[in-house]
Amino acid sequence: MPADIDIERVAHLARIALTDDERALYGEQLAHIIEHAERVQALPTEGVEPTSHPLPMVNAFRPDVVTESLRREDALAGAPDTQNGYYRVPKILDES
Amino acid sequence: MTDLADLTIAQAGSGLRSGEFTAVDLLAAVERRAAVTEAHLHAYLTLDRSGARTAAEAADAALATGDPRPLLGIPIALKDNMVTRGVETTASSQILAGWKPPYDGTAAIRLKEAGAVIVGKTNLDEFAMGSSTENSAYGPTRNPWNTNTVPGGSSGGSAAAVAVGSALGAFGSDTGGSIRQPASLTGTVGAKPTYGLVSRYGLIAFASSLDQIGPIARTVPDAAALLEAVVGWDPMDATSYNGDLPAIAKSLDTGVAGLRIGVVTELSGEGIDPEVLEATMRIVDQLSNAGADVVEISLPAIEYALSAYYLIAPAECSANLARFDGVRYGLRVDGATTEEMMAKTRAEGFGPEVTRRILLGTYALSAGYYDAFYGQAQRVRTLLRNDFASAYGRVDVLVSPTSPTTAFEVGAKTADPLTMYFADICTIATNLAGDPAISVPIGLDDAGLPIGFQIMAPALGEEVMFRVAAEVERLAAFTERPRLATSKVVAP
Amino acid sequence: MTEWEAVIGIETHVELQTKSKMFCGCLVDSGDEPNTAVCPVCLALPGALPVPNKEAIEGILSIGDALECTLIEDSLFYRKNYFYPDLPKNYQISQYTFPLCLDGRLAVDVDGEPTMVGITRVHMEEDTGKSTHIGESGRIHGADHTLLDFNRAGVPLVEVVSEPDIRSPEQARAYGAELQRVVRALGVSDARLEEGSMRFDVNVSVRPVGSDVLGTRTEVKNVNSLRSMQRAIAYEITRQIEVLENGGSIHLETRHWDESKGATRSGRTKEGSEDYRYFQDPDLLPLHIDEAWRKRVHERRPELPAAKRARYAALGADPRTAELLVDAGDLAALFEAAVSAGAEPRTVGIWLTGEVVAYLRRENVTLDETGLSADSLVELAQMTGAGDLSATAAKEVLNGVLAGEGTPSQVAESRDLLQISDASTIETEVMAVLDQHPDAIEKIRDGDAKPIGFLVGQVMRATGGKADPRMVQDLIRRKTQA
Ligand SMILES: [Zn+2]
Repeated sequence: MPADIDIERVAHLARIALTDDERALYGEQLAHIIEHAERVQALPTEGVEPTSHPLPMVNAFRPDVVTESLRREDALAGAPDTQNGYYRVPKILDES
Repeated sequence: MTDLADLTIAQAGSGLRSGEFTAVDLLAAVERRAAVTEAHLHAYLTLDRSGARTAAEAADAALATGDPRPLLGIPIALKDNMVTRGVETTASSQILAGWKPPYDGTAAIRLKEAGAVIVGKTNLDEFAMGSSTENSAYGPTRNPWNTNTVPGGSSGGSAAAVAVGSALGAFGSDTGGSIRQPASLTGTVGAKPTYGLVSRYGLIAFASSLDQIGPIARTVPDAAALLEAVVGWDPMDATSYNGDLPAIAKSLDTGVAGLRIGVVTELSGEGIDPEVLEATMRIVDQLSNAGADVVEISLPAIEYALSAYYLIAPAECSANLARFDGVRYGLRVDGATTEEMMAKTRAEGFGPEVTRRILLGTYALSAGYYDAFYGQAQRVRTLLRNDFASAYGRVDVLVSPTSPTTAFEVGAKTADPLTMYFADICTIATNLAGDPAISVPIGLDDAGLPIGFQIMAPALGEEVMFRVAAEVERLAAFTERPRLATSKVVAP
Repeated sequence: MTEWEAVIGIETHVELQTKSKMFCGCLVDSGDEPNTAVCPVCLALPGALPVPNKEAIEGILSIGDALECTLIEDSLFYRKNYFYPDLPKNYQISQYTFPLCLDGRLAVDVDGEPTMVGITRVHMEEDTGKSTHIGESGRIHGADHTLLDFNRAGVPLVEVVSEPDIRSPEQARAYGAELQRVVRALGVSDARLEEGSMRFDVNVSVRPVGSDVLGTRTEVKNVNSLRSMQRAIAYEITRQIEVLENGGSIHLETRHWDESKGATRSGRTKEGSEDYRYFQDPDLLPLHIDEAWRKRVHERRPELPAAKRARYAALGADPRTAELLVDAGDLAALFEAAVSAGAEPRTVGIWLTGEVVAYLRRENVTLDETGLSADSLVELAQMTGAGDLSATAAKEVLNGVLAGEGTPSQVAESRDLLQISDASTIETEVMAVLDQHPDAIEKIRDGDAKPIGFLVGQVMRATGGKADPRMVQDLIRRKTQA
């Protein structure tokens, strides 16, 4: 199993630019960790429901009430690049 | 005369109320302690001197009117993954360098409302990922008991600050042991409450289904007092618990007579340092002598907890950390296109451990692997919960060592990520189950490093957990302080 | 020569008109100033958490119920992971397995041909922000940079996914129109295509008639009106058939409709590029819609457009009039009020959808502003029925009423439009005309009916058009009979 980690594809999905050396290093480390994590597969879990939440609660809602938004200057204060009240980014390769 | 920085919260509270000293005096003592210890420890990333001063003055004004709030005027520290309005919050990451949040997290709001004085923001492993506080983009924190060793992590800064007296209490976050393990390694008390008891709103998420905010203090009653100030339903956190709250501090003096205590088989043998194990068993015997009914309890699924954890936590973190993209806040590394800008920003902004976990989580969630990894880990989680449920059918609390070893040397485990992950083997299971657990110091090993004792309880079982913890504290009679706190340290 | 059949499925996004956003308290309808309705949650600031808006859940359940879906008792929110700068968290909170509504249907009708379109699922998600591409072209290609506004980020969004049951561009248009009517009737969204509060992504493929294998589909985006959806699908069907007949093959891809060119152009290739890594959102609790809740949703369901059209038709309105009335909610309300007060449905329907609509358009006013009341319509219908007004005069009176000149009888009076239906008055006028035209009488008596029309015209002229023409004609026939 560890052999089939396509680290380049994983790094692309995670939007992290890796150098060749980093790809090699992380590929190896991930394979090692996955090997250990695969232990979970040893446990028979047929018919066991997955737990995604520790507390058995349902339906936490908020009422449809408008609350105060941030002031725009506060919202934009930490931004790397802005223009006329907008956040600004370089050109985008393709529409999603 | 006692240095005010060495007082417990309870002692400081009565001193403030009796007018022996002011909140401003107390803050000054804590800041003096920080001034001499920080160069050795690096517990803090940010000291908010003006904010703390304002809060201390306000506390003094309120104290003069007889205001009874227990944390009024008490200097505390917050882990730097807890969002504080206007005060730099980085989660020890380069990607958030310089970020001043436009809002306060719920825990920060409640502590301010309680009149606590927030001294500053403490160091952590980047985004709380680590067990030694070495994974901080701003340099590691050292253990005040021996500065060649780590304070544990990821809440190492909070634990070190409390241990040394540069805060009377602190808050950390615990995803796989990040409060309890550093508490154990620094001789402090650290509690992870039941999942949902403390709002996560304003806690920079690592793994949302596991993260909980909790206190670090020098005594069990102090930890209970800190926790009481922040618990309770929060409309801003859909996962916060909206039922009746446990009476956290109600039974601190009740003792353990008649309680059933289970020693976890899987956490009291192989993989645990003999000295740690011996100290643990000594306390177990004392609990038995104090009237508790001690039995051995096996939790078979716990053997798989670490593996399940290292699939679930990275998977959740891979999505939680996607928002750090150079668009709206934090670091941006320029690129010709937005795609390139994001990938470069994230490559530069995240340290190696964070990158590793994001990649691991992305892989575990990706098409074709989801069911074998993430899905299976969630089913293991169910089995683990079942094990705990049946155990709590037989006993009131479970006990074990908190950490398999005492503090290890700086750099000892950084080369191989897996060895570091094993530092959490005793603590991870309760995060997966959502249950509360606490670490109480019980002594020192031959090297003079603290040993912690863990008490686990069923969900919302904080009352019995603190009850046993208080008894353990009395039985252990641990009064040692780290050398850095008591000796005259020469400021560099 | 192969005969081809199109297979069309439509994914529709509907923005719900709640007051606040899906997961935070920011205002939904915030106007044009960028980044003024944003907060830690919808900007995805570190530490912020989502809490779902109950009203949005009610909204989607209404839609699911109206589309005859099964409302699912236990439902989950998932994270759909992909990086895009208009998506603050770089994942969208959506639903995956266990959506809120499954397995429904919507009946549509093209020129009297009914079709049932299956609804696969209806699920809850959140909208993205808006990007503006700045550069010479104004388009994404060739832009220098992009500006981001997050006012729309986090607005509740419902996705309605149809089965590939649609076979023609016309059916697709009818489906879109009917879905829009349903959503509007429920009052959960204004569903305006041009403003993007309702958006269509259309999956189109073709296959030889008789085949039950699906062809490779393309996903057509950027259709901003029902008309452009119809055109885009028609274009795409023709294009695909042409490619296939020339021995080519269709690629799974996104294609963008270019309204000005009347063509779709190739966008992103979808094959292999998508891996959304869906997993249950740990920040949100499971949704549990118990039976009482599901029942409540069903019980509050208003009369849906199809049922209303059928009822109007049963009252006597012709199908086209019924459709027009139902589509304009305020006209329908007036229609109902007038009919229940006793006005004749067919006539009132025609007035409302003809004269009234024309007036509103011409004068650029709303129905409300005219003050047209059900009472006026009832009175007008009574006057017409009693023969006090001719059909033409009735329309003129209606215009006078719309212009605020008074009640129908006041307008008829002041504009002197009352029809003369008093027999003796008409007889006097008829006798006077007959006296002047003995030659015409002769011809009629000789069996030539043509002069009757001429004589009626003369009487009408003499009475200023107010005589009841039928009465005039009857009288002339009687008087000229030997
Ligand atoms: Zn918001």
